[in-house]
Amino acid sequence: MRIELVRRPQHSALFSALSPFIALGLTLVAGAIMFSVLGKNPVEALYYYFIDPLTGIWDPSNRWQLHELAIKAAPLILIAVGLSVCYLSNNWNIGAEGQFIAGAIVGSFIPVVFPGFHSWIVLPLMLILGMAGGAAYAAIPAFFKVRFNTNEILTSLMLVYVAQLFNDWLVRGIWRNPEGMSFPGTIRFSEWAILPQIWPDSGRAHWGFVFALVAAVVVWFMLSKTLKGFEVKVLGQSPRAGRFAGFSSGKVVFFAFLLSGALAGLAGISEVAGPIEHLNEKISIGYGFTAIIVAFLGRLNPLGIVAAGIILALTYLGGESAQIAIGVSDKAVRAFQGMLLFFVLACDTLIHYRIRFVGAPAMKAESGKAGTA
Amino acid sequence: MKTRFLTLAAAAAALAFGTIAAEAKVKACFIYVGPIGDFGWSYQHHQGALEAQKALGGEEQVELAYLESVPEGADAERALERFARSGCNIIFTTSFGYMDATNAVAKKFPDVKFEHATGFKRESPNVSTYNSKFHEGRYVQGIIAAKMSKAGVAGYIASFPIPEVVMGINSFLLGAQSVNPDFKVKVVWANTWFDPGKEADAAKALIDQGVDIITQHTDSTAPMQVASERGIKAFGQASDMIKFGPETQLTSIVDDWGPYYTKRIKAVADGNWEQIDVWGGMKDGHVVMAPYTNMPDDVKAAAEAAQAKITSGELNPFTGPINKQDGTEWLKAGEVAQDGVLLGLNFYVAGVDDKLPQ
Repeated sequence: MRIELVRRPQHSALFSALSPFIALGLTLVAGAIMFSVLGKNPVEALYYYFIDPLTGIWDPSNRWQLHELAIKAAPLILIAVGLSVCYLSNNWNIGAEGQFIAGAIVGSFIPVVFPGFHSWIVLPLMLILGMAGGAAYAAIPAFFKVRFNTNEILTSLMLVYVAQLFNDWLVRGIWRNPEGMSFPGTIRFSEWAILPQIWPDSGRAHWGFVFALVAAVVVWFMLSKTLKGFEVKVLGQSPRAGRFAGFSSGKVVFFAFLLSGALAGLAGISEVAGPIEHLNEKISIGYGFTAIIVAFLGRLNPLGIVAAGIILALTYLGGESAQIAIGVSDKAVRAFQGMLLFFVLACDTLIHYRIRFVGAPAMKAESGKAGTA
Repeated sequence: MKTRFLTLAAAAAALAFGTIAAEAKVKACFIYVGPIGDFGWSYQHHQGALEAQKALGGEEQVELAYLESVPEGADAERALERFARSGCNIIFTTSFGYMDATNAVAKKFPDVKFEHATGFKRESPNVSTYNSKFHEGRYVQGIIAAKMSKAGVAGYIASFPIPEVVMGINSFLLGAQSVNPDFKVKVVWANTWFDPGKEADAAKALIDQGVDIITQHTDSTAPMQVASERGIKAFGQASDMIKFGPETQLTSIVDDWGPYYTKRIKAVADGNWEQIDVWGGMKDGHVVMAPYTNMPDDVKAAAEAAQAKITSGELNPFTGPINKQDGTEWLKAGEVAQDGVLLGLNFYVAGVDDKLPQ
């Protein structure tokens, strides 16, 4: 017996809307079973996982957790919004992690090389340099794709390792803090080079989260209301149709890569100038890869991506909260995070496709209608 | 079956009401950079935490909480803040990369005590730092390696070029050269603390280059297992790895954090905790050697003699004459390296077959 996925002729609008909630419900049930088997009280576990990090909404003493949620979600959203433009235009940029690092490095140039330069202009310059760095780094796979038809999945991915090693070399070598006891890492940025916090009274969330929201709204507007957005989507779905419409596929490749590179670079410099306050070799902890999940979890819609980024950030915070409060292990927490993603993607898939068991007698009558996926 | 169900139910009930029932005197919290199952660095810290809890009267007296595999960036500060707010009285941050986060959170919570392993910043009075002189153990390993090796070359799997690791390589070689002045060490930088695949590859590459002893400053047991397959000898790291190489392990430097954690948690309970900066070695019980195995008696005797001399303070591995790798003099005859220089060490001594990544 073989299992096939068959595209449904039309999918239900109702279930499309309900899908995330069904997925959440299934995750809660599966999670409750897992926590019970582990000998933990499932209600308590789920409370710490999903509710505790959000208690800041009504409880001022817990408001810091909302700040932390914003800090964790900001880079994910910024990067994923850029990636959505890439993926909608059929450009498979897997190297956002490298563009994130490139943005962090280029943006750090001023505070590291000219630490005595104190002015209000420092921070805007850093952000612009960060975006330029990320965009320039993303231009490499774009150029190879347009000029030589190189596979951008491979080139963009390989450039991640180049960026990581270059950053490592910088912070151990010429950019190393001379007073850092030979440990890797640059000097701390001056206060002029640090992103301000939004509401310093209740937590440390910085302007990076605002950048993420603005980027999401602007890109959403661009994709849904402008000719550029139409061009991106047409070329993504049917390059041939796009050419008949007079769209240049080469230009859109560059547009998508430069935009997503710039946003990843902005995320990089915001992370370095925000919570970390100096450049070190550990800034790359996989935001660029996690953002790929966020982009698809948000169904490549920038506004959906905001929600997806916050939900994924919530699972990190909730995981820690559950580890401390009831002592579940880090592994259980990650398994639970995996379940959530599994159910969301499975529900989405089953709305567009149905499962067909080839060879099972009861199903034979229906077969042969639609092509396999 | 029924008893098991009852136990489960009891456990569930205990957990459900645990927050009300438990009135632990001290809540001690630990943040680990790796998984507690790495059988290396984080594992040993966790063992130390458990030992301290046991020594101080069990769960009634000391409540433990921990977070494992916490990245050393923006996440660490959040994790520490959560600890501080959840009622921890003392928080141990067990990796160098938590240094800035530890100091930042410590400023916000002056009543909570913070203990940062391997760092040097103590920006507020509630931050202490602690570390161990692992290089003392590496000197002993060097002596064993030089006596056991036929090739006269040992392979060294290193993590990152930070002072502690450089110190370890130098100390190992100085120990070996005290037996065989021509002894060489080949270094492979794995650029990771914990990656069994990479560490295994590094071990294979070194063995193919002709080394017949492997030592490591990374945390997994993979190099020990590779050495075991290839039939050569190796040293364990951070914990006693004998069960991963019963016929392979010569000895291992065991990081014993238990006594220190016991002392510091007790100080919080007694209300006499004070800021300190500790760099403990064999003398203080921080560095323990696993049993000397798979070696002839005379080698074992030499190792034990060196260990005894270091413990008594008679021998310091970094005693001149020592030349740097480039041939210039570092320490004159009889001169002992200062702690400050060692803690920022960024050069090799003569005889290391590698260029230090800078």
